[in-house]
Amino acid sequence: MFDDFFIRALVAGIGIAFVAGPLGCFVVWRRLSYFGDTLAHSALLGVTIAYSLEFNIAVSIFLISSAIALILIQLQKKTNLPSDALLGLLAHSSLAVGLVVIGFLTFIRFDIMGLLFGDILAVNKKDLITIWVGGALILLVLRLIWKPLFASTVNYELAQAEGLNPERAKAVFTVLLAAIIAISIKLVGVLLITGMLIIPTAMARNLSDNPKKMVIFAIIGGLLSVFIGLFSSLEFNTPSGPSIIAAALVLFIFSLLKVKQTIQLKN
Amino acid sequence: MGNNILVKLNNVGFQQNQKWLVQGVSLQVEKGKIVTLIGPNGSGKSTTAKIALGLFKNIEGQVEKFTNNIGYVPQKISIDWTLPLRVRDFMLLTDNLTEDVIDEALSLTGVINLKDKSLGNLSGGEFQRVLLARAISKKPELLVLDEPVQGVDFTGEIALYELIKEISEKLNCGILLISHDLHTVMSATDHVVCLNGHVCCSGSPKEVAKNSEYKALFGEQASQTLSIYEHKHDHVHANDGDIKKN
Repeated sequence: MFDDFFIRALVAGIGIAFVAGPLGCFVVWRRLSYFGDTLAHSALLGVTIAYSLEFNIAVSIFLISSAIALILIQLQKKTNLPSDALLGLLAHSSLAVGLVVIGFLTFIRFDIMGLLFGDILAVNKKDLITIWVGGALILLVLRLIWKPLFASTVNYELAQAEGLNPERAKAVFTVLLAAIIAISIKLVGVLLITGMLIIPTAMARNLSDNPKKMVIFAIIGGLLSVFIGLFSSLEFNTPSGPSIIAAALVLFIFSLLKVKQTIQLKN
Repeated sequence: MGNNILVKLNNVGFQQNQKWLVQGVSLQVEKGKIVTLIGPNGSGKSTTAKIALGLFKNIEGQVEKFTNNIGYVPQKISIDWTLPLRVRDFMLLTDNLTEDVIDEALSLTGVINLKDKSLGNLSGGEFQRVLLARAISKKPELLVLDEPVQGVDFTGEIALYELIKEISEKLNCGILLISHDLHTVMSATDHVVCLNGHVCCSGSPKEVAKNSEYKALFGEQASQTLSIYEHKHDHVHANDGDIKKN
């Protein structure tokens, strides 16, 4: 059944939605959306390196994104620039360097649109294994660091004072973020991965009053976005990434109705 | 005696941006005892508590901690609206507690009715009671309370201080308490440390109240706090913790 490209894309998307929901919640709670963007932009560089060295793409993206995260931490320590400026610097320069390198690699044909916005045709059987095995690993590790990560998201000092290790949880979470970018780039694309993390989560926030609910709704929102997005991508021949994200946006807009209701109830 | 000590600070200090926030502080908290830090704003009370908790990396002096079962009520905590959190979720923040344990703690601080409320909708005083409930719910060996009753109404304040004393006896836990409310502090404390960037004076509440440095720091009236408390209630508190006669 995995011989059909559309089934492959669907199975890939479902896997990604399950991982993006919980990770996306932490991205929103910890205000890391621009950080996620920076890691995603650097992924393009990872792709080019993978192609030129004939290396596994997911692993290459994962390594480059992690390296960018490390560089960011060093820059934060050693310069007086604010974090958002540093993030912008890294995001755009790694994207630019990635595109320049592609320009040099004339002997390989790149589908730049596919890299930036995802390609429904690009997902092969090996990618499915990467997504589902990698995704399961990401969720497992997230489960292990959930307590310290969540507690330190609420209050860093309180978590640390009561014997949890927020510093380690934060470092591990950064790695997980790099990992989900690495596994989802083919379907969603470099420019829109953060949208996959944030928009279903934003929708979920409008519908939930506690963290567990928000995670579940984020997963459901992601799944619906994948279904609606991929079917319309097939139907209208649009790139898969933007179609999924646009579907997520529509769901978000619907969730606003619920917010309006709640506010009216309060008054 | 020695194995009753929960945390011991030996001549500790901490500086930030070349400025000493606090220096040369020695104190220890023992099981079943309440140690209170008092001092004006910026005197290093919270910093000292954070040193005791091990929240700073580059400190001077030594901290010896003999327990890892700690409950902490920080001075300031803001919950972001992006994070939907009910009181019951917050209770489970650092420990896995049963429903019964959560209910018991929330009942003790008088906020069991708020269990399913969203944390963002609580008033300052209600939130403070939830913070205290969370800290005591895990039955800690050491409680660090940084202005635990701020924003709580006056009668509630007295009740909460009584609860804190009760907890220290019932759980036999040590308490490091920070307060600016001299009047209540003096009544419920075993040991007072008066800070102003360094230790001005320390000892039993009675000893400290007589100390000249303490009088210089808080004014002549403050030194009468103890006797006032021991006799009758004939004064009110200003916002800065100062005491005015009726």
